[in-house]
Amino acid sequence: MNLGTRKILDRSFTAVGVTSIVLMALALLVVLVPIISGGLKALFFQGTIEHRQLVYNEFGRGDREELERQKEQSQEARRPVFAMLDAFDAELEGMEPAERREYRSQYNHVRDVLHDMLGPLPGDIEPLLLRFQYGNTRWEQAEESLHDLLYVTKWDYSNPNVMAEKYFTPRVDEFQGTALAPLFAYVETHLEEMLLPQPEFYWGFITDRSLDAHIFGGIWAEIQGTFYLAMGAMLFAFPLGVIAAIYFTEYAKDNFLTSMLRSANSTLAGVPSIVFGLFGLAFFINTVKVSESKSVLAGSLTLAIMVLPTIIRAAEEAILAVPKTYREASLGLGATKWRTIVTVILPAALPGIITGAIISLGRAAGETAPIIFTAAVSVGATIGLADVFTEPTPALSWNIYNLASEHEAANEIRHVQYGMVLSLISIVLLLNMSAILLRARISKKLKG
Amino acid sequence: MPMTAEANTRSAASQGAEGSNREIFLPPERKAVKDGGKPHVTAKNFSIFYGDFEAVKKVNAEVLSRYVTAIIGPSGCGKSTFLRAINRMNDLIPSCHTAGTLMFNGEDIYGKYTDEVLLRKRIGMVFQKPNPFPKSIFDNIAYGPRLHGINDRKTLEGIVEKSLKKAALWDEVSDRLDRNALGLSGGQQQRLCVARALAVEPDILLLDEPTSALDPKATAKIEDLIEELRGSYTILIVTHNMQQASRVSDYTMFFYEGVLVEYAPTKQLFTNPKDQMTEDYITGRFS
Ligand SMILES: Nc1ncnc2c1ncn2[C@@H]1O[C@H](COP(=O)(O)OP(=O)(O)O)[C@@H](O)[C@H]1O
Ligand SMILES: [Mg+2]
Repeated sequence: MNLGTRKILDRSFTAVGVTSIVLMALALLVVLVPIISGGLKALFFQGTIEHRQLVYNEFGRGDREELERQKEQSQEARRPVFAMLDAFDAELEGMEPAERREYRSQYNHVRDVLHDMLGPLPGDIEPLLLRFQYGNTRWEQAEESLHDLLYVTKWDYSNPNVMAEKYFTPRVDEFQGTALAPLFAYVETHLEEMLLPQPEFYWGFITDRSLDAHIFGGIWAEIQGTFYLAMGAMLFAFPLGVIAAIYFTEYAKDNFLTSMLRSANSTLAGVPSIVFGLFGLAFFINTVKVSESKSVLAGSLTLAIMVLPTIIRAAEEAILAVPKTYREASLGLGATKWRTIVTVILPAALPGIITGAIISLGRAAGETAPIIFTAAVSVGATIGLADVFTEPTPALSWNIYNLASEHEAANEIRHVQYGMVLSLISIVLLLNMSAILLRARISKKLKG
Repeated sequence: MPMTAEANTRSAASQGAEGSNREIFLPPERKAVKDGGKPHVTAKNFSIFYGDFEAVKKVNAEVLSRYVTAIIGPSGCGKSTFLRAINRMNDLIPSCHTAGTLMFNGEDIYGKYTDEVLLRKRIGMVFQKPNPFPKSIFDNIAYGPRLHGINDRKTLEGIVEKSLKKAALWDEVSDRLDRNALGLSGGQQQRLCVARALAVEPDILLLDEPTSALDPKATAKIEDLIEELRGSYTILIVTHNMQQASRVSDYTMFFYEGVLVEYAPTKQLFTNPKDQMTEDYITGRFS
């Protein structure tokens, strides 16, 4: 091949390589940017007086006096709204039944939206669910409510050949000439005074328990559950995996049984995680009965089985990579095989073993399928360490799915879903980072 | 019948009484050692196989205590295999097995009830490439004594100092015993390995081309060290450097294709070999 062609080939290969790396980076960006921006909204947002009140009442945090002052201030702004509602109530009383019925459903909607916005209105019965006890805690939700209040959503079906089109008409038109008519303009102009939005850094999103199925509050239960499950899995899988790796590399004879075990191990590494989930249910819960039903213990065991092959393989490779000369040196000094393994081989293999373990830890933290049937509940309290043998737990991975697809108010708690995703990614990333650092530190220590 | 170094040569016929005559074959400048010259390792029809391949063939020889015995021969002739058989390092190779007998102090090394761990404690080994553990200098030396149950810090410190002094390394490292041994130079690492082997107080020291990875200066230090240790330990050194063999050893074994061709006092083997093959080898007609 002549020099010219070779150069062209080199250059085109470089171009292809760079392109693929750029594409990958872009894809990563496309995924990460919305997750990060969406997730951060769970922590940083314009919070209303309702948010501050909730945090104070439920978690006891906040400046009481300042809160009282703001409450007074917002109450001041809300009073005209309540007055207008009272006036309209009185007006309704005086109407003909037919006319009253006509207004009734529209009016109920107005009251509902105002309830969403400001919390219980005077005259409403005391709500049981927490979500009805407070108005919009986040300013962007309040803005949506405002739109809902100001406009009626209508659909244009006039052209049968295309899909119906959505359009809005001012709601105030429906109440022209009544005592309620000025309300719309008033709310539009005074919403800020009624809700007093201000920038919040809600770190409690990480450390607070969830309130009313994640409508309010944080995700501590999920974070803790994920932590329990992943650590529990490692508690079983790490020692077992390292022991198995020692057996494979140091003790197993090269025979049929060993090669069977090896290929079983490789196969296990490729089994879809949902299969492990079903296995966990069938074996740990139904057969062995480690717990009555779902529990952290059953979930940890299932995850442990899932990551075991990875740990075994990583440890095996790490042990095989230890220079033969270390082994010779130790045995030559009169060390027993076991002593050599413990004092020379394992320490030298530690960086590799730890890397494998932490990657597995990350995987155990992130997997959903294995815990669906064995450990995860969608809504649950934080559990104590003593309860892990009997109690199920919420966990990030499962609740991300659950909140996004099954929650009754899935649309209103997007920030919670994104916040969970961001937390999970951060946890896994953090684990991997610490793996790299730890590995570097140990390697450095070994190299001197 | 196992043969002493002299008897194994073709001049065996001219031999008079064994043992008492040994000294006359030593190079003049090398003095006889005290309490030395007893058979320490004895091979009788000893063969070593890798699977079906016979790497060492029916060796008969006696290694004499407290002297330095060199093993020379072309690459692949079985020097390392023979050396490693003495402390059973070949056990690590699954396909390796032996025939005949190999005795150490009158005990069968490959005997059914021989504990290879205890054996290795008494027969130390230093390998071709320096192989310190990735631990501190102190922990490297203390590794052996700790294996054998010594954990008292004071005692260990004493052993470490003594071993490093014996290995002529103490002056260079006494102020940084807690540093990682991998930070030492190659020559220092090799002397550390010698010190580490000495720390378990072995009877025999096996050295497998201990200087082949070292520069001339470091090599000279190791050779000085061997000279220093001569008389206290039975030393077997594999080398493909004939000058080295003639410099450091009292006796020399010449292996060729697994056969112990000639075994004689070093001076005699190099100045007056009895075998044509030996002659060809030491005159460099092949290597
Ligand atoms: N682990 C092994 N498996 C099979 N054959 C081996 C092994 N080690 C060495 N041999 C063979 O045994 C013979 C002697 O090897 P060795 O003792 O290492 O030679 P030397 O040390 O004299 O260079 C060589 O032919 C070599 O190929
Ligand atoms: Mg060799």
